[in-house]
Amino acid sequence: MGKFSRLGNDLYSGRRSIDFVGRRHLWYAISGVIIIAAVLGLWFRGLNFGIEFVGGAEYTVTMPSGQATQANADKLRTAVADTGIPAAKQVVVTTAGTNSILVQTEPLNPTESNTISATIEQTVGVTKAQLSIDEIGPSWGKEVAKRSITGLFVFLILVVLFIWAYFRQWKMSFAAIVALIHDLVITVGIYALSGFEVTPATVTGVLTILGFSLYDTVVVFDKVRENTKNLKASHQTYAEAANLAVNQTLVRSINTSIVALIPVGAILYVGAVQLGSGPLKDLALALFVGMAAGAYSSIFIATPMLAHMKSREAGVQEHEKRLKVRRRHEADRYASVPTFTDDMAVGTDPDAVPVAGAPAAATSGGNRPTPSTEALGRGRVVPPARGPVRPSGASGRVQPTRQAKSKRGKK
Amino acid sequence: MARSSARPGRTVTVFFLGLAIAYALVALIGTWKPALGLDLEGGTQITLIAKGNVTKDNLQQAADIIDQRVNGSGVTEATVNTQGSNEIVVQVPGASQNNLLSLVTQVAQLRFRLVAQVSPTTGTTTPPTTGASPSASPGSGVLLPSSSSSPKAPSTSKPSGKNTGKNRAPFVLGKHHKNKTPKSTSTKAPKPSSSPTGTPTTAPATGPTSTSQVNYTAANRASFQDGLAWQTNPDPQSVEVYNNYTCPTTKPVVDDPALPLVTCQGSQKYLLSPALIEGTQITSASAAAPGSSQGQVLWTVNIQLDSSGAATERKLSAAMAGDQTKLFAIVLDGKVISAPYYKGVIPNGQSEISGNFNEGSAKSLATSLKYGALPITFDQTKTTNQVIGPSLAGDQLKAGLTAGIAGLILVMIYCLLYYRGLGLVVIASLLVAGATTYALVLLLAKSAGFTLTLPGIAGLIVAVGITADSFIVFFERIRDEMRGGKSMRVAVEAGWIRARATCLAADAVTILAAVVLYIFAAGVVKGFAFALGLSTLIDLAVFFWFTHPMVSWLARFPFFNKGHRLSGLDAENLGLDRLPAGGRA
Repeated sequence: MGKFSRLGNDLYSGRRSIDFVGRRHLWYAISGVIIIAAVLGLWFRGLNFGIEFVGGAEYTVTMPSGQATQANADKLRTAVADTGIPAAKQVVVTTAGTNSILVQTEPLNPTESNTISATIEQTVGVTKAQLSIDEIGPSWGKEVAKRSITGLFVFLILVVLFIWAYFRQWKMSFAAIVALIHDLVITVGIYALSGFEVTPATVTGVLTILGFSLYDTVVVFDKVRENTKNLKASHQTYAEAANLAVNQTLVRSINTSIVALIPVGAILYVGAVQLGSGPLKDLALALFVGMAAGAYSSIFIATPMLAHMKSREAGVQEHEKRLKVRRRHEADRYASVPTFTDDMAVGTDPDAVPVAGAPAAATSGGNRPTPSTEALGRGRVVPPARGPVRPSGASGRVQPTRQAKSKRGKK
Repeated sequence: MARSSARPGRTVTVFFLGLAIAYALVALIGTWKPALGLDLEGGTQITLIAKGNVTKDNLQQAADIIDQRVNGSGVTEATVNTQGSNEIVVQVPGASQNNLLSLVTQVAQLRFRLVAQVSPTTGTTTPPTTGASPSASPGSGVLLPSSSSSPKAPSTSKPSGKNTGKNRAPFVLGKHHKNKTPKSTSTKAPKPSSSPTGTPTTAPATGPTSTSQVNYTAANRASFQDGLAWQTNPDPQSVEVYNNYTCPTTKPVVDDPALPLVTCQGSQKYLLSPALIEGTQITSASAAAPGSSQGQVLWTVNIQLDSSGAATERKLSAAMAGDQTKLFAIVLDGKVISAPYYKGVIPNGQSEISGNFNEGSAKSLATSLKYGALPITFDQTKTTNQVIGPSLAGDQLKAGLTAGIAGLILVMIYCLLYYRGLGLVVIASLLVAGATTYALVLLLAKSAGFTLTLPGIAGLIVAVGITADSFIVFFERIRDEMRGGKSMRVAVEAGWIRARATCLAADAVTILAAVVLYIFAAGVVKGFAFALGLSTLIDLAVFFWFTHPMVSWLARFPFFNKGHRLSGLDAENLGLDRLPAGGRA
């Protein structure tokens, strides 16, 4: 635990930093591959919609009065699910009154239907005459689905407005929505690829992801905003400040994900491994994938994308330019000069000195680089000229110009 | 909030008091088991069989409308689906619910028709006549009630003199009525009906009613001019049917919008034009109690028509305004519920239906209208109502609960390992959140019909887990502040202020999701949105009124503010080499 705590502190102070923002193209590529796989899966395999969406067949088993018990219903459920017909895997069995049992499956072809009938007849000992088959429509009609999708769109629009109102930056809204859609596509794609059935429980799970993914993103963005509040006065570029924010919230993100995924994982385990099928599995799988994607996207997609978009802003670019110049000035040119120690080795090649270490250290909050303990064999090294002096403004920024008094505005 | 942190004990006490009250209410209700959904406990299955020829689309449309009706509040998680070619199956959790059956089967085909002739049932009249004039109520531009059109009992309360006095020859329309100033109807002023006839009663206007369809094909709904012309000069065929028609009859109501209609309402017999405005043109409807008359509250139903309906109504009201002999009828399922005249022009499609409504009937009508008119009718006699068992095996619930609770225990262990002393706060907060959720689920089951399905239960367990995120944000903030060199006690307050803003923003997004989905979505999604909003609010309540005060309170103990090894806030745990500056606190 101690090491992990230490990591937390190092991440917070910026002493150790994982370059989430800088390596954004890598993350984009990873996500791109996953999303393409998801979209291809959706395109070619499609979603396996459950009985609630596509309707199916209903077998009404008429039984002697009093025989329609829960025990018999359970027996039928197991028997029908074990026939191995995919459409009958998610069978719904209910008792209706005291003398009939309803068995609902997805649409079946005639052969499958015969198998199911035979299974039912054998399991509870009824004759063909006591079995009637009806076609049932979906309980999730087009209207219900349409309304849910309308709700989703209204929510997305409102959330864009809300995030803009809270952060005052539409780019944050955009990045958050991209991350959200990223999570949704991945989750839905997993369903398409795995062929798991989409039921109302799945929809519920997917909708939960909406809240979770955005929650995570908002927390990280809050830190980004805090770190970039006084960007002009800080010694960091926007990308660095954003990266620091992600690092600082990394421990939180990890803890949150662990805490959220443990119960979901437990339910998924029981739903998928012990029970095999049913609403628990549908819900938990969507939640598990979505939450994992949500945690990933808030760190690897939303923030890098925000920094990416921000880096094109004139103000941010100017600040970056200024920082570059300042750092060049502040960099200790003599940092490579070793302090003298008694056992100093003499005669190493000066070119081998990791000069690159100096600016890298400077990025983390302007810390002075630690002096190298290796000896170089030489004293002061005059840095070579970088080139002829140009007539431009000294620090690369626009210099104020003085104009004739008549041309200045009235004050 | 600064005050609450100064007196953490008080906040926690108040919070627990609230929780205790919630449990006291639960004890009063006496049920300690939440209402379970269809999948876990079964419920009632209502099978409706459609009459006549129905298309697949019509049936599906009707199923969708019924779904919206039964899930109007959205927390019961009823399912509606079609079966075969002409059946709709409604499954509702819980034992038999009779009021639900009437809500489901209420056909609610509302149509606006023009009254060509009206007479007491005994009469076998006459030349085109309009009678049964409503009283001269105050207000303009609103559909005025004709409380006399639906007297409670036939043969009473209907002074016949009223009709005879109004008999008159047909005349050219639209000429006489321009004197009334067109006026906005946005004012829904109370319309105390000072009617001299038939005092309003609280009984819904469902007297003995019967209808007969006139065999007439020329007219249809398309043109309001046709309707107006027909009103003043109905075709002889219809008049003959009307004259031969006796009330009451026991023939079933067949309400074809394209045909004229002869119907009875109480002691009145009406000859009505083809429908000019359909119920499907209603965009919203609500029940209102605008005022009282003679000590009785008069309930009305306000409706808003869509643009085409409003346009038709504007033209109709312009043509008919002010003439008390020109009536139109609001017909619900073949019954005339109101036959008023236009006092002024109605430009924007806002109308008010008044009849003999009480609170229940007004609200029920508004619900039916709002969620649409059913495109088909059902055979009431074949409607079956039976008890169904749960669709899931019992072990699913047990397995789900076990898994969820095991998951939460693992979460607690993790928090204890990582946050040590503060982990106790997490555990206490999770327990409190769980207890609050349970109490509210029990209370809502009773008050709002909230039922828990298996996914709902899993969702709530997961939500409690997600709730822990607020604490993590808070604790990490405290640690960050301490790394910044603040003392524990200062860090708690500074961290709180920042964590609070973050959590409020993040939870606001979740609540936004819940509210939007609740408003826009239908069916199961509505129930989910409800649970999501509920758990988020509980998260906020626990976070504000329990977790923060607890941490503030604990910060007073040297164990925490001196940074004991097991407090979770010691230097080693923070990853610092030294005690934070001012670690004395």
